[in-house]
Amino acid sequence: MSSNAALTDLIIKMADDELVQGHRNSEWTGLGPVMEEDIAFSSMAQDKIGHAWALYRILHENLGGEDPDRFAFMRPEKAFKCSHLVEMPNSGYDFSLMRHFLFDHAETVRYESMRESSFEPFQQLSKKFRGELKYHTLHADAFLIQLCNAGEEGYARMQTALYETIALAAGIFEPSAAYEETLIADKVYPGEKELYSRWLDQIYPVLVKAALNLPDMNTITPVYGGRQGFHTSYLVPLLKEMGEVFNLDTEASW
Amino acid sequence: MYGGGYIFDEPNGKQLREEQLHDDPEKLAAFEDRIARGEKIEPGDWMPAEYRRQLIRLIEQHAHSEIIGALPEGTWITRAPGFKRKLALIAKVQDEIGHGQLLYNAAETLGKSREAMINDLLSGKSKYSNVFNYPAKTWADVTVIGFLIDAAAIVNQVANAKGSYGPYCRALERICYEESFHLKQGHDAFIELATGTPEQKAMLQDALNRWWQPIMHFFGPPDKTSQHSEKLMQWKVKMASNDEMRNQFLDSYVPKIWELGLTLPDPLLRKNTATGRWEYSDPDWNEFFRVINGGGPCNAERLQVRKWAEEEGRWVRKALMNPAERRSLPVA
Repeated sequence: MSSNAALTDLIIKMADDELVQGHRNSEWTGLGPVMEEDIAFSSMAQDKIGHAWALYRILHENLGGEDPDRFAFMRPEKAFKCSHLVEMPNSGYDFSLMRHFLFDHAETVRYESMRESSFEPFQQLSKKFRGELKYHTLHADAFLIQLCNAGEEGYARMQTALYETIALAAGIFEPSAAYEETLIADKVYPGEKELYSRWLDQIYPVLVKAALNLPDMNTITPVYGGRQGFHTSYLVPLLKEMGEVFNLDTEASW
Repeated sequence: MYGGGYIFDEPNGKQLREEQLHDDPEKLAAFEDRIARGEKIEPGDWMPAEYRRQLIRLIEQHAHSEIIGALPEGTWITRAPGFKRKLALIAKVQDEIGHGQLLYNAAETLGKSREAMINDLLSGKSKYSNVFNYPAKTWADVTVIGFLIDAAAIVNQVANAKGSYGPYCRALERICYEESFHLKQGHDAFIELATGTPEQKAMLQDALNRWWQPIMHFFGPPDKTSQHSEKLMQWKVKMASNDEMRNQFLDSYVPKIWELGLTLPDPLLRKNTATGRWEYSDPDWNEFFRVINGGGPCNAERLQVRKWAEEEGRWVRKALMNPAERRSLPVA
């Protein structure tokens, strides 16, 4: 079994991605292009934030980590390991939808790969999240294809959004210099490189249906850094906002 | 939450008048008999023009209240303290948007499209509950809204759920069911602050002081000044008078607030044990009408946010509804 440090590192990356992506999804509540999309993004926000909570609880209960609320709401920016993709502001619905599409397929291959993980809590999460992620990707795929096939503006917007997000999304799969090999050898999960390739296999057919052009991935430089604690300028204000009330009194019960 | 509460007069002050009723007297009598027998009126049934007009206005304003009502609390989703509160708040606000959707659907059965209703909201022609024209300044405001404004809305909605129009009643039944969960969450968050640190209590007391007048306004002007509701009551469009609902609310919730050691900013507030009714200082009704007519602290902001969402989302709606591109799968 991999060391606690290796597992902790992996879990923080996964959980921080979920928390910050959930935060971004939740910002659509009340502002979506149609009411049905408000509801969809709110619902996905709950799932993502719920996933983050579940992962922080694993840290807390299995690996000697801190209380989930304190860990999520009080950590400094440097201690966060989320990818740059999730930190970016929502921008328009086009950007948000494309991010949701790329992120949720990445999540799907990740949790799917953990069905037989040697770390038992991952097996459980994999089973639990499967049903939710199925709907998230179904939603993303359906909207992407519809918007791309409904005329020039939708198509142009989604193609632009793909160009804007693809390198950021590839950055989700930033390997860990310290722990990657151990985690693979111990069969915790198949590793970032393998997940990246499975992810491309999953998104490609959908992009073809939407007639979108996926750039040659060999010409793309994935945006790394988030996993090592280097972040965009968008993360600090986000964390400050998220902890605004909690940090008024961290000993109080809210 | 959120809807219900006081449903406004039209901007021109037009109200139900006898001379507006030019319906077939036989059909009208049969219609009124059905209502008197407790039957529900359904979309395809004959109904007086004025009944349809009043219902559209009522349901539409209720729907608007749900989606505008999502905004003051919605701004606190990203700041909610801790996972439990955050998840509960997102779920709640999501429900409110869902209620808006249900209500627009119910109103559409009467012949006005969702687009037309939203246009009337954005142009200011159609109103929403006044209470959402006030800001939610602190986390404690969220708990006051979640507990007391939801509670007030439930009083109103439970009454309206017994009304005469089938689609509206069915939407309200489901809404009330979800609202009862919201009320529990709101109550729980409210109690957490009321029994918390001195700073938390002070924050809550401050929010309560600021929200008390809008809450008293919520059910609308006193019965003695509003003489228009007789026909609406007979047709079971309006199910209880403003004062009755206000009294019912005070009776259920003031004791709960006082029990927690909190105060309310009205020295005259008391229950008259002889009459069984609550006595209170008349809230400032000039302020109420000033806010309804656009002069509240957040009227402009609320509509601006909705306009932004409409404008930003236009390309998506266009793409989703592009009829030339509509396709269906071949039947297997």
